[in-house]
Amino acid sequence: MSSPADVVETKPSLLDLFLAFAGIAVMGFGGVLPWARRMLVERRRWLTADEFAEVLSLGQFLPGGNIINVAVVVGGRLGGPFGSVATVLGLMAAPTIIVILAGALYLRYRHLPSVHGALSGMAAAAVGLIISMGVKMLQPFITKRALVPLLFVSLTFVAVGLFRVPLPLAVLVLAPLGVAAAWRGLA
Amino acid sequence: MSDDHSPLSTLFFSFAFLSLFTIGGVNAALPEIQRQVVHVHGWMTDQRFADLFAIAQAAPGPNIIVVTLVGWEVAGIPGALLSTVAMFVPTSVAAYIVGHFWHRFRLARWRIAIQAGITPITVGLVAASAFLLARSVDTNVVAVLITVASAVALTATRVHPLVFLATGAAIGAAGFV
Repeated sequence: MSSPADVVETKPSLLDLFLAFAGIAVMGFGGVLPWARRMLVERRRWLTADEFAEVLSLGQFLPGGNIINVAVVVGGRLGGPFGSVATVLGLMAAPTIIVILAGALYLRYRHLPSVHGALSGMAAAAVGLIISMGVKMLQPFITKRALVPLLFVSLTFVAVGLFRVPLPLAVLVLAPLGVAAAWRGLA
Repeated sequence: MSDDHSPLSTLFFSFAFLSLFTIGGVNAALPEIQRQVVHVHGWMTDQRFADLFAIAQAAPGPNIIVVTLVGWEVAGIPGALLSTVAMFVPTSVAAYIVGHFWHRFRLARWRIAIQAGITPITVGLVAASAFLLARSVDTNVVAVLITVASAVALTATRVHPLVFLATGAAIGAAGFV
């Protein structure tokens, strides 16, 4: 713990892994990734900033929740299969209970007009959250003027957003094409 | 077809299958989930789905807990737990396997091509998701304004997202949405 820059050498226990990710989950109202970085890189020093960036980009393009994939990979590297189980359980336990409690409240009070209105207003704001997420993901491609990636962004948007192609079909067709184009681009 | 089965097995297999295609995260797959639960299986209305989406976005933790709520709405607590497991176990197994060898091949051309080729598709999926959710949720002028205002503010500032969710809720509770 005394070396300021380096990653901690001793392997964390399964309980440490569980608690770290439980902490990330509970603090992460409205977005867990900044908290994941703070916990893993700055507080626990299990990963360097570069390692975190690499694990994060892996978690983002694999199927599944980004932060769940990050938990699986980090848990696996630090504690093998049981490490992954510990991190994922840590991440999921409290949110699952909280959201079921919220669901129970919703069931009880959803007939009230003000609850109905509040949720409609919240849903509208939540869509803004996803728009802003899309804009932030798009920005690097625009600043780099990466034309081929932008073409695939547009193709995907048109197929799924405008023509409502089912997600599995869109992914099965577009992902291999995207990878093939990237492969050629690297030559 | 699924009418003869318990909704539990339908929930489980639909989400386990769908999870394998959720590149870009669950937010990118929300319209597909909505289509499945509202239009294919008829488990709830669009309005109900929008409510659950709003609750899940405000709750702490990973975004996939929207399927916890969907499962709970369809089949109670067993539905909630089974849907959640279906949504994260298959992809977690995949992430474990890939995570093991990914670092070793970080300079390999095929690995760089896979990542570079798939990332733009995840961006397109998130954009499509935002567009479709906006069409589903923004059914009046006030809702559109809330969406636009929170999108602009969240992109341009570092204000916490909960501030916007709470503001939207307040405006809605006052009867304007």
